[in-house]
Amino acid sequence: MIQRIEARFEKCHAEGRAALVTYVMAGDPDPETSLEILKSLPGAGADIVEFGLPFTDPMADGPAIQAAGLRALKVGQDTAKTLDLIRRFRAEDAETPVILMGYFNPIFVYGVDRFLADAKEAGVDGLIVVDLPPEEDDELCLPALRAGLAFIRLATPTTDDKRLPAVLANTAGFVYYVSITGITGAATPDFGKVAAAVERIKRHTSLPVVVGFGVKSGAHAAAVAQGADGIVVGSALIDALKGTLDDQDRATSRTVEAVTTLVRELSQGVRSVTKRAAA
Amino acid sequence: MSAQAQPNSFRTGPDERGHFGQFGGRFVAETLMPNILELEKAYDEAKNDPAFHAEMAYFSTHYIGRPSPLYFAERMTEHLGGAKIYFKREELNHTGAHKVNNVLGQILLARRMGKKRIIAETGAGQHGVATATLCARFGLECIVYMGAVDVERQKPNVFRMNMLGAKVVPVQSGTRTLKDAMNEALRDWVTNVADTFYCIGTVAGPHPYPAMVRDFQAVIGEETRKQMMEAEGRLPDSLVACIGGGSNAIGLFHPFLDDKDVEIYGIEAAGHGLSNLHAASLSGGRPGVLHGNRTYLLMNEDGQIADAHSISAGLDYPGIGPEHAWLHEMGRVQYISATDDEALEAFQLCSKLEGILPALEPSHALAKVMELAPQKSKDHLMVVNISGRGDKDLFTIAEHLKQDIA
Repeated sequence: MIQRIEARFEKCHAEGRAALVTYVMAGDPDPETSLEILKSLPGAGADIVEFGLPFTDPMADGPAIQAAGLRALKVGQDTAKTLDLIRRFRAEDAETPVILMGYFNPIFVYGVDRFLADAKEAGVDGLIVVDLPPEEDDELCLPALRAGLAFIRLATPTTDDKRLPAVLANTAGFVYYVSITGITGAATPDFGKVAAAVERIKRHTSLPVVVGFGVKSGAHAAAVAQGADGIVVGSALIDALKGTLDDQDRATSRTVEAVTTLVRELSQGVRSVTKRAAA
Repeated sequence: MSAQAQPNSFRTGPDERGHFGQFGGRFVAETLMPNILELEKAYDEAKNDPAFHAEMAYFSTHYIGRPSPLYFAERMTEHLGGAKIYFKREELNHTGAHKVNNVLGQILLARRMGKKRIIAETGAGQHGVATATLCARFGLECIVYMGAVDVERQKPNVFRMNMLGAKVVPVQSGTRTLKDAMNEALRDWVTNVADTFYCIGTVAGPHPYPAMVRDFQAVIGEETRKQMMEAEGRLPDSLVACIGGGSNAIGLFHPFLDDKDVEIYGIEAAGHGLSNLHAASLSGGRPGVLHGNRTYLLMNEDGQIADAHSISAGLDYPGIGPEHAWLHEMGRVQYISATDDEALEAFQLCSKLEGILPALEPSHALAKVMELAPQKSKDHLMVVNISGRGDKDLFTIAEHLKQDIA
């Protein structure tokens, strides 16, 4: 539901701070651990949770998320099982928005109409599908909007003012600004440029603008939170998770804690920047 | 499938959004969209610029060595006892394969666009060698992504690329073959959008690549038409070509698609057999979305891409160009497949009868010529595209024939 996302941004706004959006991969390193992580995120300070839909060929992702997807696939994670995990999360948490993020092929193969019905029923609120630019809106974006799910678009440093209206046209929930030209988990952005870009996008839309790619620490979070409505952290959480796995890539007693510890640090970073409550 | 309504022409695609029927499209990350739109515009301008065509023609003649001969394979014809077999000899091109036709076009386009850094993916290494060659010729930086598995099995081509001044990057992600090389090239492009031109080696990827690469390869079919008219005074009765992504095949087929009496056969790689590991996307796959386009893909029931297998690294890809997927569904081209063993047998027959060592890729086409030609009458004119020469495959072939040449 788009409303769940809107309500969450309103809450953060009322608290005078940016939202913390976290990304972890469904089924990494195994389904039950990934669900346990997902459930622990809101308590650690995540405002919105993104759950990755594993895919063999994630062409916009860096090594950390590539490996996470392969770990999940290796233990048999698939689209139906991912929706099941979200259903179980939603049974205990009716308020935290859940965004499913991935690539189009598994959704296309599942069947777009069936996927949208099942995702909505499971409690998904929005979708980020990396390989569906506005030129392919008929495929999933417009059907998702009709089904009441937000289709969250990525805007990038190459999205100029001329193209921005097309990118924003059917976007709902929030706009995800990709802070660098590059893949996830790679370079750390120039935070000054990011702030300028966020300002530029905000001139074109009233939607919240969140910033992702390259945000790794509480200090980064604080830096980006100055100008943006939210920050996304993914690869850094997955690196923290990976550091706790045993030599067979299995979860250990430290796995969930390693992720929540970093989320708490990021949350403090976000909360350290108090914004003027906008009128 | 033949239930589809037939179009007036098979040669007008794609539409302005890059679709061949339901196939094709532009399924890429937003970061790349401005680049892809810029490329489309630049290509449209070049296509209508006589100076661009003149430059293409000059280098085609003096650098690549075009036109390639259409050669009557007399002994193979006698041996098979049916159709009159002609070879379109793309293996005689500079760098030894049809790949260079496309690379020439794209590199001249990159120059027009002022791009100084060229990236490419390669499987067998033929596209990588062609790209490294033209980058050397025009003084451009060249980075070639190649699966680590392919780097191992195609060492001579890796060395060639190094000698030509290119940087070969072994790709360690995923299955470490061609599809992963393409993922890695896309990751590079997303990172270096401003100065980089992505030179794709086949008729796949986001629009405009499938159409643009086809246009650059269509010289194969255009020459064949003219040469067959000169040799026999009429058009051929059938065309045969191998298909990985499908660029040599579409290059031969496209100028003949509206000649309804010309039978057209595309040969996919059946690897160890269609019920086993193979690379035949049309025979054993179904529609999906990968690498910027919708096409037939080898994948599991969850849409996860499967590992392809072929003895030929150049056919070892789990997808196929979107125009082939459409021609398959329209029933205009018949897509069949040849196994590793059939290709090896055809390689040996062609070498011994014609004194031509074909690459393992066109050996798949020759394998089906061995089946098709005896079924045809002696006045049936059959053209097979010898898309590359076999020198690069000698180590692989020796290994399979259990002969030691190292």
